[in-house]
Amino acid sequence: MNNIIEFNNVTYNYSSEDADYIVLKDFNLNIKKGSFTVILGHNGSGKSTLAKLMNGLYKPQSGSVLVNGINTLDEELDLKVKSTVGMVFQNPDNQIVASVVEEDVAFGPENLGLPQEEIRQRVDSALKTVNMYEHKNDMPHKLSGGQKQRIAIAGVIAMLPECIVLDEPTAMLDPKGRQDVIDTIYKLNKEHGITIVLITHFMEQAKYADRVLVLNNGEITADGTPIEVFSKPEFLKNSGLDIPQTTELIFELAKKGLNFKNGIISVDDTANAIAAALRK
Amino acid sequence: MLNDFTLGQYFPTNSLIHRLDPRIKLLLTLGFLILIFCATNIYALTLIIFFVVCLIFLTKIPLKMYVKNLKFILPILIFTTVINLFYTNNGNIILEFWKIKITDYAVVRSIFLSLRIVLLIIISSALTYTTSPNSITTGLESLFSPFKYIGLGRAVHTMTMMMTIALRFIPTLVEETQKIMNAQKARGVNFENGSLIQRIKAIIPILIPLLISSVKSAYDLAEAMESRCYNGGENKTNLKVLKIQKSDYLAVLFFIICCLIVFLFNIVF
Ligand SMILES: Nc1ncnc2c1ncn2[C@@H]1O[C@H](COP(=O)(O)OP(=O)(O)O)[C@@H](O)[C@H]1O
Ligand SMILES: [Mg+2]
Repeated sequence: MNNIIEFNNVTYNYSSEDADYIVLKDFNLNIKKGSFTVILGHNGSGKSTLAKLMNGLYKPQSGSVLVNGINTLDEELDLKVKSTVGMVFQNPDNQIVASVVEEDVAFGPENLGLPQEEIRQRVDSALKTVNMYEHKNDMPHKLSGGQKQRIAIAGVIAMLPECIVLDEPTAMLDPKGRQDVIDTIYKLNKEHGITIVLITHFMEQAKYADRVLVLNNGEITADGTPIEVFSKPEFLKNSGLDIPQTTELIFELAKKGLNFKNGIISVDDTANAIAAALRK
Repeated sequence: MLNDFTLGQYFPTNSLIHRLDPRIKLLLTLGFLILIFCATNIYALTLIIFFVVCLIFLTKIPLKMYVKNLKFILPILIFTTVINLFYTNNGNIILEFWKIKITDYAVVRSIFLSLRIVLLIIISSALTYTTSPNSITTGLESLFSPFKYIGLGRAVHTMTMMMTIALRFIPTLVEETQKIMNAQKARGVNFENGSLIQRIKAIIPILIPLLISSVKSAYDLAEAMESRCYNGGENKTNLKVLKIQKSDYLAVLFFIICCLIVFLFNIVF
């Protein structure tokens, strides 16, 4: 089995009577094990709904969501699904349960009913992974947003998930905190082999992904590598997204006759590419 | 003003008292509170005062912190003392004016009562100063755990979970309140001046946004907890397991000796 998450003809509707509330309709999607997927989309395009379907927080009205082959409708295996697919939300304050860092990280393993020594060992190793071990006895409300969000990530990885879904985890953070969180996520994917689904509206974060999905009104309107997706800036605009300034610059320069390779996203790459193009 | 409220009650000075098991501390606090009211003569009460002074030193927390808490209840203290002066007609009259008589018995009673209140406040302050809110919660959960044998395990767990979340969210709510207050101030709401009615009215534009954002937070938190495999506390284990140590036995022994001496004094004098 190659896919960690599979959506088969999923329909999700916030209201059973009113068809206007349909968010996803006959939706299909596979997330490969070990992959790093970034999902882009404007506000209200259904990103959060999609995320909450991935760990069984929401159940589809029709169709099925499979996590490692387990249907999320299966009540018996609900904990298995939730510990396989961890979830990190936007507001760090609203997902920290305990008033001591290490006790918060322990919350997931405690709920799984693990023995004390195992919890201890998982908490310590999770905190080390996100570089927050020295804060283990601090109070979360004294930490910065980026630190809180890394605590939330530690709380999820202490359950040893195979996949982590992050719903705009950096939306409320300053640039420094944002970078720390993104670096942590990247490390989890590359060093620990955890599948990542990152929902974001920061285009530049797409460069870390090996697959970018664009969601528009509950439909996938673009699916490919970052290079493939960002080489069609016009199309991103049509999906209601701001394209990264670097991509736009490259695009405009290309129109004026400069030659570039496709899909340049980061600032450094852009600078190098422009320099190279001018030298020609 | 709001910052004083961020549960700054706990002072981690890591004293002998800090290291006691929270369950023992909770039980002994209760025990001492009862003992204070059992000490009916001045010798027994003096003995308890002596113990409490020792306790203050043992906690390594500056005396002024205790005084601060006492100042807080000073009005209540004065009020009850004064009321008690007039409360009884027993004993010899030592002061009489207009229709009011004060007897020597009433004076002694008032002094006893105020001393008891002071001791009570100091002992309970010592508990909150030396025990983190989390330890108190863990201690309470453990003390109430026998209730699971009569089918109330879920209720005890729910209670402790509520306490944990309340403790966790107090600082967040304080922060949120301040944010809303600033936002409303910027819109011209005046919280400091005006008549009482006006000031009460000014609270409404704080309360409503606060309520809305709290409901939203509660909703988010519930989803986050569910995502982290929370299912109402079934089979839940704990990172921190409480263990009774030698010093806890010593504390209990000390308390029993106190009780014996106090009762001895009560009988002898
Ligand atoms: N609890 C809800 N009840 C009803 N409609 C909702 C609810 N949550 C979201 N929606 C609607 O579902 C659509 C998708 O929302 P959401 O998944 O939150 O999008 P995104 O995360 O991309 O901003 C929006 O039109 C939104 O108004
Ligand atoms: Mg969203």
